[in-house]
Amino acid sequence: MSAFSARNASLAQSLQQTLGERLETLIEHRGQLTAVIPAAHWVEAACLLRDRPELAFEQLMDLCGVDYLGYGDDEWETAEATGAGFSRGVDALGPGRFSWQDRPEADDFPGRFAVSVQLLSQRHNRRLRLRCYAPSEDFPVLPSLVEVWNSVNWYEREAFDLFGIVFEGHPDLRRILTDYGFIGHPFRKDFPLIGNVTVRYDEDKGRVIYEPVEIEPRVGVPRVVRRDSRYIDPRREESAG
Amino acid sequence: MSEIRNFTMNFGPQHPAAHGVLRLILELNGETVERADPHVGLLHRATEKLAESKPYNHSIGYMDRLDYVSMMCNEHAYVRAIEQLLDIEPPERAQYIRTMYDEITRIMNHLMWVASNALDLGAMSVFLYAFREREGLMDCYEAVSGARMHATYYRPGGVYRDLPDQMPRLAESRWRQGKDLARMNRWRQGSLLDFLDAFIEDFFTKVDDYETLLTDNRIWKQRTVGIGEVSPERALQLGFSGPMLRGCGIAWDLRKKQPYARYADVDFDIPVGSNGDCYDRYLVRIEEMRQSSRIIQQCINWLRAHPGPVMLGNYKVAPPTRAEMKDDMEALIHHFKLFTEGYCVPEGETYAAVEAPKGEFGCYLISDGANKPFRVHLRAPGFAHLAAMDEMARGHMLSDIPALIATQDIVFGEIDR
Repeated sequence: MSAFSARNASLAQSLQQTLGERLETLIEHRGQLTAVIPAAHWVEAACLLRDRPELAFEQLMDLCGVDYLGYGDDEWETAEATGAGFSRGVDALGPGRFSWQDRPEADDFPGRFAVSVQLLSQRHNRRLRLRCYAPSEDFPVLPSLVEVWNSVNWYEREAFDLFGIVFEGHPDLRRILTDYGFIGHPFRKDFPLIGNVTVRYDEDKGRVIYEPVEIEPRVGVPRVVRRDSRYIDPRREESAG
Repeated sequence: MSEIRNFTMNFGPQHPAAHGVLRLILELNGETVERADPHVGLLHRATEKLAESKPYNHSIGYMDRLDYVSMMCNEHAYVRAIEQLLDIEPPERAQYIRTMYDEITRIMNHLMWVASNALDLGAMSVFLYAFREREGLMDCYEAVSGARMHATYYRPGGVYRDLPDQMPRLAESRWRQGKDLARMNRWRQGSLLDFLDAFIEDFFTKVDDYETLLTDNRIWKQRTVGIGEVSPERALQLGFSGPMLRGCGIAWDLRKKQPYARYADVDFDIPVGSNGDCYDRYLVRIEEMRQSSRIIQQCINWLRAHPGPVMLGNYKVAPPTRAEMKDDMEALIHHFKLFTEGYCVPEGETYAAVEAPKGEFGCYLISDGANKPFRVHLRAPGFAHLAAMDEMARGHMLSDIPALIATQDIVFGEIDR
């Protein structure tokens, strides 16, 4: 029996056949397929996905960066009672308080940074998600897909701007959403939500100046992860039992 | 002979035809555009990062503020993504209401588009007519949500409340009184559905009116025919969607191809252009208004015949009613937990796309099992379209740039996010 639902079985099969060892893993969740591709085969696999008639993913709809720092990590313990109560949630420093090496919830992610790509095949009317983990945490570099799908141009610029993922071979890798001269990559989990600097116009100096932020970071509703029975997928239970 | 050099010009960020805060750096050879470099991000509010710091339901209101002329369609993508991860399906009536409001939104968006596009190209009167009709649809927004634009009406598990039995009437004021007031309130005597029914019946003639002003207008055709032509192959390669793609002759519409809500049960056609220029995209959008009206009529008929719940009875996701909460301890606990902590979404990731008026609006959601999203990414159609501005603008005249910005239906709320 195939591990995939009837809707995705044929796509999964042709993916496995065409991509071969270029396909690291293929996951199905909520009826959607995610193919994890190693960075070394990223462009090669993309070309196959676009050009092979049985796959024919003509359109790249979306590319986005992901920072897995702090994944599965809560701000308020819910499994047992604590003496600290709500203030612990309020005073928490947020998901950026650990470094990638000593994070408490060491899930099996191959890397901290990844990009997720949403592909669309109009010919076969189906979608596919690709993911590629950047090999290094300190200086994430991935090959650019801009030659395969031109639409990825601005999405890669966005991922570079917000996450600092560098795309090798991109013709014009400039910041896109943040201000001219912005420092840092704001969507990284260790970048504070309130930012690092504020901008204001200084009357005396007669120009715009940058100052460190004055406001305190604050968590209104603490992040909690509940793993009780309500959230366990009943179908997964059945298949396990 | 003196040397002639290209010069560089700033278009925006404060320009009436830039549809918001677009800074477009144009390299001109005389009046011909050699290169266009859009600088975006002046309206960047980090919606996606804000959403990571809040429980799921708190961010629905942010979605309205992305594409602020097609509010409920954005909500729909976000809410659908949450529903997919929670594996819940809203009641049928809620789905019909969503279908209807998505189409109301589409008409509102296209009205805004035809109005501002015509204004950019020098036709003032269309603007005034289109805004008149848009007002009626905004009243429909207000009637269900209390807000004219930023409704926060869709919720995971349904919609916030059922359609009102009484359409609110306009009150007398210095500007509205006597016969005028009676005329304006003529459709507002019954329920919201009665108002919408009367409005839509009349709206078909209104669309014809816009067409008499523009479709055969010599100036309009001179400004749009053959401007910004995109071939179907390039459109796919550049990630186009919505009317930008259909204008090129590709009959791709998520409402038909990957139906969501109740689009599979309603009858409508997909208008398709042939030349892929600004004029064809105009024709596609005009026809879409008629098709949306047809969908709304079918939804009205269904909703009249089928009363029922508009929200799931699952208190782990949807709050219990006020009366239940006062009466039942368990309902009170659910209410408290939902409003202090929210609900946890099972671990996983999903991509939910809707056919927003501008194209495919998608929401990519990663949950790590917490009450807040781990990562939200919003796929805005305008972002891909504006990225193609350079390619579309090359070789065109400076005066065609407003026509190109207008035809892409640019709204900076969604592009900058």
